[in-house]
Amino acid sequence: MAQVKLRKISKRYGNLETVHGIDLDIAHNEFVVLVGPSGCGKSTTLRMIAGLEEISGGEIVIGDRVVNALPPRERNISMVFQNYALYPHMTVRENLGFGLKIAGEAPSEIERRVAEASAILGLDPFLDRLPAQLSGGQRQRVAMGRAIVRNPDVFLFDEPLSNLDAKLRGQMRVEIKKLHQRVKTTVVYVTHDQIEAMTLADRIVIMRDGRIEQVGTPQEVFEAPDNLFVAGFIGSPPMNQIDATYRASDGAAVLQDGLAIPLHRSGLVDGQPIVVGFRPDALAPKGHALFADNRRLSFDRTVTLAEPLGTETILFLPLSGKEIQARMLNPRVVAPGETLAFELDLGSVHVFDKASGKRIGGRSWQGLHASN
Amino acid sequence: MTIERPWQRWLIRAGVFFAMALLCVPGLWVVLTAFRPNIEILARPPVWLPQNPTFDNFRGIFGLLPDQQQGLPVARYFLNSLVISLTSTFVAIVIGMMGGYAFARYRFKAKGALFVSFMLSRTVPGIALSLPLFIVWSRLGILDTSFGLILVYLAINIPFTIWLTDGFFRQIPVDLAEAAQIDGCTRWQAFWKVEFPLARSGLASAAIFAFLTSWNEYALASQLTRTTVSKTMPVGLMDFTAQFTVDWAGMSAMAVLIIIPALLLTFLVQKHLIAGLTFGGVK
Repeated sequence: MAQVKLRKISKRYGNLETVHGIDLDIAHNEFVVLVGPSGCGKSTTLRMIAGLEEISGGEIVIGDRVVNALPPRERNISMVFQNYALYPHMTVRENLGFGLKIAGEAPSEIERRVAEASAILGLDPFLDRLPAQLSGGQRQRVAMGRAIVRNPDVFLFDEPLSNLDAKLRGQMRVEIKKLHQRVKTTVVYVTHDQIEAMTLADRIVIMRDGRIEQVGTPQEVFEAPDNLFVAGFIGSPPMNQIDATYRASDGAAVLQDGLAIPLHRSGLVDGQPIVVGFRPDALAPKGHALFADNRRLSFDRTVTLAEPLGTETILFLPLSGKEIQARMLNPRVVAPGETLAFELDLGSVHVFDKASGKRIGGRSWQGLHASN
Repeated sequence: MTIERPWQRWLIRAGVFFAMALLCVPGLWVVLTAFRPNIEILARPPVWLPQNPTFDNFRGIFGLLPDQQQGLPVARYFLNSLVISLTSTFVAIVIGMMGGYAFARYRFKAKGALFVSFMLSRTVPGIALSLPLFIVWSRLGILDTSFGLILVYLAINIPFTIWLTDGFFRQIPVDLAEAAQIDGCTRWQAFWKVEFPLARSGLASAAIFAFLTSWNEYALASQLTRTTVSKTMPVGLMDFTAQFTVDWAGMSAMAVLIIIPALLLTFLVQKHLIAGLTFGGVK
């Protein structure tokens, strides 16, 4: 069993604290992705788990051992680096077998396990090449191979795909997912790419400024973001966020341009400044989405820009002084300047407190159900 | 940028040729002189190409000519030079490499100031130190010993080696050592098995510099050595000057003997100087 537990982990450089007492439990064989903008402390946290960075405060437990004082080699972890960190003077075979050789394994055993890893990752044709003779994707695979041959308790990935081009990144993402399904191991994966986080993770940990903003399954953080930061970070295109004021008389959020969005939500005070959030999926031109009749808000807007993506088109339109985005499925050609009737799915509207940025209540439709 | 015309190209080539000739002719002249009889050396107008090439000058300095009673202790000088240069190079590389690694990888107090002061130590002309060195060395009783000279060359070579290897270690991504540590290496193993092999080309060039510095150094060696116990080849050259005469032929032959090991070493180590070995390990 190799669960990983972080207990009030913090990191200080002199007087500067970059990670502020993080608590996190990672279950055995769980794939956890730490995601956040650069400088949020995700890589530092990973490096503290790896033992490459000293822990300033708190405790890290891998399996059932507190590893704070253990050097990396005694933690039984392996790590894939952003820039692969392959040993340039060793062939692929030597790179893969290096850890086993250091551990004093018998040459026959090393050969067997290298062959195994190489077969899993399709590296057989490249075993005698030097890293310099490999493409980016192949190097990435060697780096993963080097991680799996050692049969570690925990895999650590530090932005492993960010040096690859978009197409290769997609392929490798799938390979990593398959690899995890095949080699069941606890994984901690760091990325700044929310798509990687969504597609790979069993659970996502969203970090900002050295703190955890939310922990949850991809579905949870997408459908019920705890705060405005998570709402804006997860999902592409990002969630539309519009300032509004709560009006108790009819239970609506009143936007600055006068549009009233019915919320039917308890826990709000008349005149309370709030932020209304809805994903572009919740807003579509009439006839391009099927939103329930009793929770639909219609309004006309002039499209400023259309971004055709094939199966859908992203429309940009003004709302309450901001430019927001709507998703048109089964798209037809839309010219900028064209005025369309839009429909907003009230069931998918999120409400956040303006001051704290925290989410208020469940989603609107829960409120609707309650009031019905 | 303008495209150079043919005549400009030729002008540049002529300029380069002239500059190279200026640099090379004296050296070439010494080599040619080593193979001429004395009569040709002193001829006026000068004879450019040796008309009667001979090895007599080399035989002469080793005392192998029949009409000569005694040669010079060239073999002894050569041995001294070799021992002093190799020892000081080896120690300078070992210490300098550790220093360079520390500067490249670790953070510590007054790092910048220390680094600059190492460099500043190189700005002092060696000869300016000869008198103080002479006095201190004589008090310590290490005047006219190989050890004394090795110590001086270490002081010259270590800061330079640190400076050079610091740059080479900086080019090696920290990730490699970290990856090695995760693969099960201790800090030392990570250095020895991963970073050291990658820095080898840098260390090789540092070694050449250190060796040549010690091998060719004259000013301090001429002050700190007295006898065959510690005299080096460059100092030995002065044995060919007498009060009124200079044995140009013998001096040139010995100069060639000084050049040969330096050239050999440079060729030997050259293949390690291939840059770009680190390419490919990391993006």
